[in-house]
Amino acid sequence: MARRSFLRYAGAGVAGAGLLAITSSCHKDNQNPTVGIDIGAKGDLAILNYAYALEQLEAAFYINVAAHMYTGATPDEIALLTDIRDHEVAHREFFKAALGTNAIATLTPNFSAIDFTSRAKVLAAAQAFEDTGVTAYNGAGYLIQSATYLTLAGKIVSVEARHASYIRNLLSPGSFADTTVLDANGMDKQQTIAQVLPIANTYLTTKVSASNYGYVAV
Amino acid sequence: MNLSGIIEEIEKVDPEFQDRISPRRAAIKNITSFGSKVAVAAMPFAFSTLFKKAYGQTTTTSVNDVLNFALKLEYLEAAFYNAGVASSLAFSTSEKAYLQTIKGHENAHVAFLQGILGSAAVAQSTQGTNGTYDFTAGGTFPTVFSSVDTFFAVAQAFEDTGVRAYKGQAPNLLGNQVVLTAALNIHSVEARHASAVRQIRRARGAATTKPWITGANDTGIPAVNGNYAGEDNVLQGGVTITSLAGVSGNVAVNAATEAFDEPLTSAQVVVLVAPFGVK
Repeated sequence: MARRSFLRYAGAGVAGAGLLAITSSCHKDNQNPTVGIDIGAKGDLAILNYAYALEQLEAAFYINVAAHMYTGATPDEIALLTDIRDHEVAHREFFKAALGTNAIATLTPNFSAIDFTSRAKVLAAAQAFEDTGVTAYNGAGYLIQSATYLTLAGKIVSVEARHASYIRNLLSPGSFADTTVLDANGMDKQQTIAQVLPIANTYLTTKVSASNYGYVAV
Repeated sequence: MNLSGIIEEIEKVDPEFQDRISPRRAAIKNITSFGSKVAVAAMPFAFSTLFKKAYGQTTTTSVNDVLNFALKLEYLEAAFYNAGVASSLAFSTSEKAYLQTIKGHENAHVAFLQGILGSAAVAQSTQGTNGTYDFTAGGTFPTVFSSVDTFFAVAQAFEDTGVRAYKGQAPNLLGNQVVLTAALNIHSVEARHASAVRQIRRARGAATTKPWITGANDTGIPAVNGNYAGEDNVLQGGVTITSLAGVSGNVAVNAATEAFDEPLTSAQVVVLVAPFGVK
């Protein structure tokens, strides 16, 4: 077993991050139309593009929700779901602006699996997006090399968690942080890029890969 | 997780691994018992410790400082919810259920951080007066345990401030897969709590209170202005959020401030929680 493998296995973060940094010098998007889009070479630009992809998906989802509000939505639900839409659009546009010419292309979502007329279906999808978003940001935090970008990711993830708490309580009062998302230590869980992107890709026509982080869309 | 299997793997590539650890097997034994006593989720921390022991890296005090800072805040929150749940405050059934959930998490966070820090953990008895806090903050919130509304106002300030405090520490843990990830996993739970407490306050009639923070101090309580200072920021990483395209026109100021929670430094947080007895 090579030492490198051991580092990954034992989760020795500092040493691991050092190894990753070696490969982070140049960034090129692999935008192969037959495969989709790749977030690029290891490094902060890839992580920002990963976040940009997820925020594009969330923004598109809530734009749809707000434009075709489900049957029986209360004024309070309409107001707060519209707020969430605006937050996700702000996140999306922030990443687009921050990445500039390094940004991946605009993704085409596919929400055909979601019945936007159904409160239960829409909120269940929203809950999945928000909870997954939290695990995605939490899991990618240690990969970020810039303190500024790490703080920015922190500024966004707590807002995603606020959304998750609200959506969960709409579906099931009191479930804002229940044992289906938290562990026995009362902590959220993290997911890797390779765990999150396959979930996101089920709602994307443009498939997103992270070949340098162990995931290629099929 | 198969601990002995991993150690065997290490020994295959590093036959001297055992000798690097002092006192040899005892260190591993300690870590094993640590793991069984605390929780499986704490095991990566044990590996971090083991790794440092084996390969000569010294434990950085800054990480322990961050963890103890977090522990002090969790002590405060846990004591607050323990007292609230035990009080005679007339909570509704659903409010009580929310509080029981949050109370459980804060106590779990205390146990988790104590487990990681081990003997380096700050003792709860060093806080307040022999471990007892002043939740009126020196008379600022005299009705904290006689008015449900005041109780939730203080709860909201604690949760929102907790989110800001964890966020502010993230750069101190840059690149640290194990500790940073754990801190982030607590940070987002505090945000879920903050949102939930805000939802309770909204349902109780604080109609302008949303699950997210709008501008600087949206609580209507001037005494907590400092807890929300800077939350009205619209400049993120050199990008002015209100200059970006929204759904119709540019992103509105309220949405721009709500979409990004702001950090606080430990020095800022210490000033805010000192009146309660956090030291």
